[in-house]
Amino acid sequence: PPAHSHSDWIGPPDKHSNLRPIIFYVPPEETALERRLREARQEAQASNQRFWARHNCTFRQEKEEFIYSRLKAKGLEMRDESGQKATLNAEEMADFYKDFLSKNLKKHLQYNRDWYKRNFRITFLMGQVALVRALRWLRQRKKNVEQ
Amino acid sequence: GLFVWRLRDAGVRQIPYRFVHLYHKANDRLITFQYFNFLKRMYVTQYNKDLSQQAKPKSDSIVSPYHELQRLDQEKKVAHKISSVSPIQQSWSETSSRNELREMKSAAETEDSVVPVGAESKEDRQWKEMKLRLDDLPGILARLSKIKLTALVVSTASAGFAMAPVPFELTCFLLASLGTGLASCAANSINQFFEVPFDSNMNRTKNRPLVRGQISPLLAVCFAASCGVPGIALLTLGVNPLTGALGAFNIFLYTCCYTPLKRMSIANTWVGAVVGAIPPIMGWTAATGSLDAGALLLGGILYSWQFPHFNALSWGLREDYSRGGYCMMSVTHPGLCRRVALRHCLALIGLSTVAPVLDITTWTFPIISLPINLYISYLGFRFYRDADRSSSRKLFFCSLWHLPMLLLVMFTCKKSVLEKDDKSDLPGRSCERAMEIRLP
Repeated sequence: PPAHSHSDWIGPPDKHSNLRPIIFYVPPEETALERRLREARQEAQASNQRFWARHNCTFRQEKEEFIYSRLKAKGLEMRDESGQKATLNAEEMADFYKDFLSKNLKKHLQYNRDWYKRNFRITFLMGQVALVRALRWLRQRKKNVEQ
Repeated sequence: GLFVWRLRDAGVRQIPYRFVHLYHKANDRLITFQYFNFLKRMYVTQYNKDLSQQAKPKSDSIVSPYHELQRLDQEKKVAHKISSVSPIQQSWSETSSRNELREMKSAAETEDSVVPVGAESKEDRQWKEMKLRLDDLPGILARLSKIKLTALVVSTASAGFAMAPVPFELTCFLLASLGTGLASCAANSINQFFEVPFDSNMNRTKNRPLVRGQISPLLAVCFAASCGVPGIALLTLGVNPLTGALGAFNIFLYTCCYTPLKRMSIANTWVGAVVGAIPPIMGWTAATGSLDAGALLLGGILYSWQFPHFNALSWGLREDYSRGGYCMMSVTHPGLCRRVALRHCLALIGLSTVAPVLDITTWTFPIISLPINLYISYLGFRFYRDADRSSSRKLFFCSLWHLPMLLLVMFTCKKSVLEKDDKSDLPGRSCERAMEIRLP
């Protein structure tokens, strides 16, 4: 983002986590409340990034392993004659999907709880910041009118 | 009202045929995948232009794990510099095909229909300023509130209103539709607010406004409140308290029960089916002011419809659901998934037969609706037996035209109000009474 910009910038989805990173703008006269909000958002972003990057990579890896083991059991190679990567059809993959989901359920439950808490907290802080800014703006206007 | 139904009906029928044709073509050459997606988007946008308001029946992605692995492989080969702090604009043309994957729309009560992104996919890869532009706002809010799905919900509510055995009152009808629409907008916005990181990870939903940072979560919540509160107030004060209560309950059920349950247990599908069944009940209570057997029957028809519709859809999304951590029958209990779909297809036949017994329609209704009900049951049986992508897709597409047709036939077979006794006049006054009380 350009140096003179006064707003946050959001980028393209990350390759591993599919989440879009945000670069937060730090205003020079940032209040304590605004700083809390920014830090909460940064922390949430980092935590989400860690979780999903690791989760998605695990998924890909386990999927590859599953395909490899199944293909081996069938006596096939990873690549067929044309050089294209061999794969299993949807029905065979279904076993893997079921397995993966049940293995990770607990992890997801924990993550859900964390995410909901963070989301509410960040939104609440946003509300506070917006309210404070609105009051400040009103006070400023009142002062201008009086002058 | 009838005109819209017919258009919808005609439009939807064309799509399966074109889809099948394209599917065969695309199967031959992998390179045509991008071409196929372009075509999908093309006829989807064409479909957008006609009067019908039905959520677009996005053709299912034909990409089997085979294609996906192919692409993943290619991506791994490409050297990527992933830095979350880098402000450098990157053009990811080789991954743009992945971005253009569109999945089918899921259960009508819960998921939105994807807006074709088209040329935006290139822009998508750039850094964007997180500043709200007022001229973008209507589009953003439309996507946030899943406006097309909301339109579908309102039309099922209108069907409920139309089927009620009372004289038709326009103001009541409009107030009920508006109130239901606002409530649906609110519920959908909250749903998206809760699901940001999960939506980012699923192909079908990764272009939603909150995921792309086009709107802040605070604004999304404020929008939801500013839709929900007036919507429910409108229903309670302008129509009747029962409809208002049902609307509020439905919002609660959708946002606080269904959305979290999606990631906890497969029971979410049944809760979601109830969410979809409530709008026609709301339409009925708006007209009559009471919860009769007719309302429950209409609700029952919609409840049963949700299962073949959603189960067939979710069959093709198993990978995304598994990775995203969503507990869906298609992933965890595939046999149950298909059994339930078939069961409810058959239930539709039963419910259609009950309609004349309850004096809602004449006996021609079960007779005329039998062919379409049998057809969807047949497809449900095929899905049950074959359990493959093609049968799930056929069932899904069938469900899309089956419901409007069924409701249309029901309406045309509606038992005339004049045939009934005078006592049917009283319930119709419920709406007027509510309005009289409001006026000083």
